[in-house]
Amino acid sequence: MGQAMDLVGNPSSVHAFGRSARRAVEEARAAVAALVGVKPAQVLFTGSGTEANNFALRGFPGRRMLTSAIEHESVLAAQPEAERFGVDRDGVVDLDELERRLAAAGDPALVSLMLVNNETGVIQPVADAARIAHAHGALVHCDAVQAAGRMPLSLRDLGVDLMTLSAHKLGGPTGVGALILAEGLEPDALIRGGGQERRKRAGTENLLGIVGFGAAARLALDGLAEAADLASLRDRLEREALAAIPRAQAMGAGAARVANTSCLMLAGLPGETQVMTLDLAGVAVSAGSACSSGKVKPSHVLAAMGEDDRSAASAIRVSLGWTSDDEAVDRFLTAWTAMARRSAPADG
Amino acid sequence: MNSLGLPKRPQDTRVVVAMSGGVDSSVTAAVLREEGYDVVGITLQLYDHGLALQKPGACCAGQDIYDARQVADRIGIPHYVLDYEGRFSQDVMDDFADSYLRGETPIPCVRCNQRVKFRDLLNTARDLGAEALATGHYVRRIAGPQGAELHRAVDPAKDQSYFLFATTREQLEFLRFPLGGLTKPETRALAERHGLEVAAKPDSQDICFVPNGNYAEVVAKLRPGSVEPGDIVHVDGRVLGRHKGVVHYTVGQRKGLGIGGIRGQQEEALYVVRLEPARRRVVVGPRRDLARSLVMVRDVNWLGPDLAPDTANGAGIEVSVKLRSAQPAAPALWRAGPDGTAQVELLEPQHGIAPGQACVVYQGDRVLGGGWISATAGSVGENAAKLVGAGETAA
Repeated sequence: MGQAMDLVGNPSSVHAFGRSARRAVEEARAAVAALVGVKPAQVLFTGSGTEANNFALRGFPGRRMLTSAIEHESVLAAQPEAERFGVDRDGVVDLDELERRLAAAGDPALVSLMLVNNETGVIQPVADAARIAHAHGALVHCDAVQAAGRMPLSLRDLGVDLMTLSAHKLGGPTGVGALILAEGLEPDALIRGGGQERRKRAGTENLLGIVGFGAAARLALDGLAEAADLASLRDRLEREALAAIPRAQAMGAGAARVANTSCLMLAGLPGETQVMTLDLAGVAVSAGSACSSGKVKPSHVLAAMGEDDRSAASAIRVSLGWTSDDEAVDRFLTAWTAMARRSAPADG
Repeated sequence: MNSLGLPKRPQDTRVVVAMSGGVDSSVTAAVLREEGYDVVGITLQLYDHGLALQKPGACCAGQDIYDARQVADRIGIPHYVLDYEGRFSQDVMDDFADSYLRGETPIPCVRCNQRVKFRDLLNTARDLGAEALATGHYVRRIAGPQGAELHRAVDPAKDQSYFLFATTREQLEFLRFPLGGLTKPETRALAERHGLEVAAKPDSQDICFVPNGNYAEVVAKLRPGSVEPGDIVHVDGRVLGRHKGVVHYTVGQRKGLGIGGIRGQQEEALYVVRLEPARRRVVVGPRRDLARSLVMVRDVNWLGPDLAPDTANGAGIEVSVKLRSAQPAAPALWRAGPDGTAQVELLEPQHGIAPGQACVVYQGDRVLGGGWISATAGSVGENAAKLVGAGETAA
């Protein structure tokens, strides 16, 4: 990144500055490709994970669209008319329903299923879903934004055709993402007006963002073992939280999850109030999917898991990061327990 | 006791300040912060200002949220924006539209204080561990022997007690109004001293979600197809013209009726005397037909001392009442009735009393309570059939 600050060229220019910028972009592309086990040419840089999701979902007009009910808003909104398949109480998608829906009509489909849910951290059976979908002639897109850097990631092992990544979820800069394509797959161009990203996504490259993305991808590949270590911290956090406040629930705890995420529900206390209370105590958590500024609606993910509106609006997502330690967990538990005790639940 | 009447040091006392982005609530936050309180600023997003109406000078639009953030940064307090669009739409805007369609003249600001700020926001403040909710209203809360009392602001030009009559005793215990003892110029001077960019920001004038005072347009948007034309009728029965919907009119209104004087007669100014939404009629008449001595109110909120149960039939208690925000209080007798109703006997008849407005009861500077005007009558002797309420067709 430090070196990248010296790069002043436009990667599309022919002169020496342009060529050194081009080289930096291509090195980053190779690093991102290595993270998911593909060739550099299969990586298209975008302005965000949201953009990559829109790219994938809108790149194959004419296909029937199927997504899970727990996808990120950028998938749901990209195809609002898509059919949705549900999840069980632990937040794991129902593959039987997927298969029934695929079998119900013969049109070629595009199935979009995330690898790790952003609210619960629950890992989805993407490889199984891909096998089922391919048997019905469907393409498969996987939003892997929450999985990258937290678990090994391979386009081939998952058997999917398209995959979305976002740099800042790997510790890279905000404002850059990527769409990974299976070899030979040609989605419609998302942005026209230039030859960048194989004419699929025109516009001068975000040079610094892309270089940062590459650096983060290299570090993530090296640090996968450490990421799994967070599980013991997370499990301690949940164990002690639920012991102190029996009415609380850890959502999705019965399913396989990535190590860094806990979704804690305190029915009746709005998630946004919990976020504010904890923020005032110096603990940063988020409510709902927390993407749009301050607006917290009942979580569609928890609703899909069978929670009513009141409960679905009463959860927070606790994310443990590289810097989290036992002391941070203690600080969280002190603040969270005090808050839970102060708010007498309306239903006793 | 600290300056908020709580037995703690300011730094150990968390106070939520409802920040609209205007100068008053900004100064409220700055003053409490300077005194050392643990101040948390909260701004409510009440409606989609993009969809509603972009206009300066009314509270709570996008610019105002931005201003509130800037002030919070400036004075160094945490600040949050809460999305209350759903609650505001349900508890304030729907009520506003339906009230107009019933032929009333509603006051959404009272509903917003009563249902959004002092109920939902107040509960959030409690959940955040705050011990008080402070606002920039010009009104005074005075600790009395029987608990907190509500009093008019020191600055009569800014007094907002009329809009706060529905505050319950329990809410009042938790609320604080640090500006109640200040004049507006004093508030602006404080804003200058704290270096707040909003120091010279104009006061809000209109209802925040109504652009340019065009109520009818908002009602038509909220209740499509409900604004229907009809006749303008003289109290003596003659049809004088057509109107575009009763929501365009308010009892006591004189201008904008769109009818000339009555042909062949001496020009006599005509006023809206009552609205009959069921028959889609606007009834007009000379000023004398507006005179009312008896006001019926409902949904009474009482903050004064307990009254003897027989005040309904007795002499009543001597009070003064405000029947519109921009009108001085007038002497009256208050008789509490059953089920949260009351009868108000005005010692001098008043003109242009509109159902849907508030009747707020004072003794001196103290707010004893108030209720919503449901009907009026010319004199105490008239029977119920002659009460003129919104939606009634009193002949």
